[in-house]
Amino acid sequence: MTLLGDVARWFADPANWQGPHGIPVRVLEHIELSGLAVVVAVAIAMPVALYLGHVGRGGFIAINVANIGRALPSLALLAFGLIIAISVGLGLGFWPTMFALVPLAIPPIVTNTFVAVRQVDRDVVDAARGMGLAERQILARIEVPLGLPLMLDGIRTAAVNVVATATLGALVAGGALGRFIVDGFALREYDQLVGGALLVALLAIVTEITFGALARASAPRGMTVER
Amino acid sequence: MMRGRTIFAALIALAVVATACGGAGSGTSGGTARPDVTVGSTNFYEQLTLGELYAQILEANGYKVTRKFNLGNREIVQPALESGQIDVDAEYLATLLAFVDKDGKIAKPTTDPKETQAGLQKALDAKNLTVLDPAAATDQNGFVVTKATADSKSLKKLSDLAPVAKDMILGGPPECPQRPFCALGLKNTYGLTFKDFKPLDAGGPLTVAALDGKQIDVGLLFTSDPSIVAKNFVLLDDDKHLQLADNIAPVVRNAVLQKDDGTLKRLLNSISAKLSQSELNDMNKQVAVDKKDSKDVAAAWLKKQGLIK
Repeated sequence: MTLLGDVARWFADPANWQGPHGIPVRVLEHIELSGLAVVVAVAIAMPVALYLGHVGRGGFIAINVANIGRALPSLALLAFGLIIAISVGLGLGFWPTMFALVPLAIPPIVTNTFVAVRQVDRDVVDAARGMGLAERQILARIEVPLGLPLMLDGIRTAAVNVVATATLGALVAGGALGRFIVDGFALREYDQLVGGALLVALLAIVTEITFGALARASAPRGMTVER
Repeated sequence: MMRGRTIFAALIALAVVATACGGAGSGTSGGTARPDVTVGSTNFYEQLTLGELYAQILEANGYKVTRKFNLGNREIVQPALESGQIDVDAEYLATLLAFVDKDGKIAKPTTDPKETQAGLQKALDAKNLTVLDPAAATDQNGFVVTKATADSKSLKKLSDLAPVAKDMILGGPPECPQRPFCALGLKNTYGLTFKDFKPLDAGGPLTVAALDGKQIDVGLLFTSDPSIVAKNFVLLDDDKHLQLADNIAPVVRNAVLQKDDGTLKRLLNSISAKLSQSELNDMNKQVAVDKKDSKDVAAAWLKKQGLIK
């Protein structure tokens, strides 16, 4: 019970909110790291999944290949990323962590994007084709807008996973909120450890809510998004 | 019961060796009995090399040596030594003292090797063990900089950091800022306050990479870390004696020393006398970085030092 009081005091201490190792800086580092990982994952996964969804082939293979990312332990990827980053001179911390996070973010984006495109009513697509729309136009004007809520849902899952896992970065001398957890553990300062964990949980919840709201707002008029 | 059997076995061995020696008739100091010796070690490269050094110098002088290396950590090796399953191993003064005398009732390790050796001997008396001469080489916390940093800021010892530390970043394990043998000790003993501290690992690959990549200026490594030689880092001398004396020394069972004519003691001490920090680090680098066999590295070193032919 004293731990809760210690954690409250840790949050209340103004010293923990200042300087290059303060909470605001660590939160920004965490958002930067997670944000870039998700952006990279979207850039890799989205075009492939959109194409496969549109042509309606290869989805099974794509999803299974992407799912390898789920099976690979992030910790092993982190270690591997560290070795690569050191050998090519990218340094410690940020890039090794990116290497661990991107494969984690890809599978839900691939799966949801593929399914989002496939689940668009085939009658609508046929009608569009009948009206003379090019394939590219069908994808851009019909399939993407109708599938957008589900795609954003995939990105939401990826982002929440990434935010929670980005804490690993502290193991390879990175910044972000994992710093509080790793340092708190090493120093046996459990107020710092729990405080860091709470901040990560809070950031994950905010991410979840933000993308949920985006998914709902992205639904075309007349379409309801179920959660 | 175990002890009885060991003594019996030792007696037989003694008799055998004595006969063998008598047969060869080459003993210089009349009737020298050479007891069989089992050399043990814990489970990392430095210990294997040290074990080989002890084993090979004894073998070269007519001892029958059994190697029991890689036994595990000190929790396994020290009881093995006390119970006679091994006869000699390489130890670290301060750490062993803290291990055998946990509450510091008999003696506390200090930063002085002689004092720590004396304290350790007191603690080992009850266990019928003797610690021989410590080497200059240690395996303890050390602070290193790159060659470039050492040259540009003319750094040789830790106190040289005083005027420049405020512009430097220190790297070490996350707990370093609050540890008396790390950043806290640097502040209290040397008056050093760094610009920033970067949490890395306890003398591992992160610290080496961070030094190499100039993300930190000063890093905490173990004094016998092979990367100090491999990366051409400069180990700053602990001139105000912040670290406890973890000098390397052989620890031997009294039972073996009593059966011996003093040759064993002299041989092992001759290794300690030549084992400087840079000599040890060079051997560690050959084994851990260049992947050479510790057996060959030890043999080459003993020959180079003129300890064996």
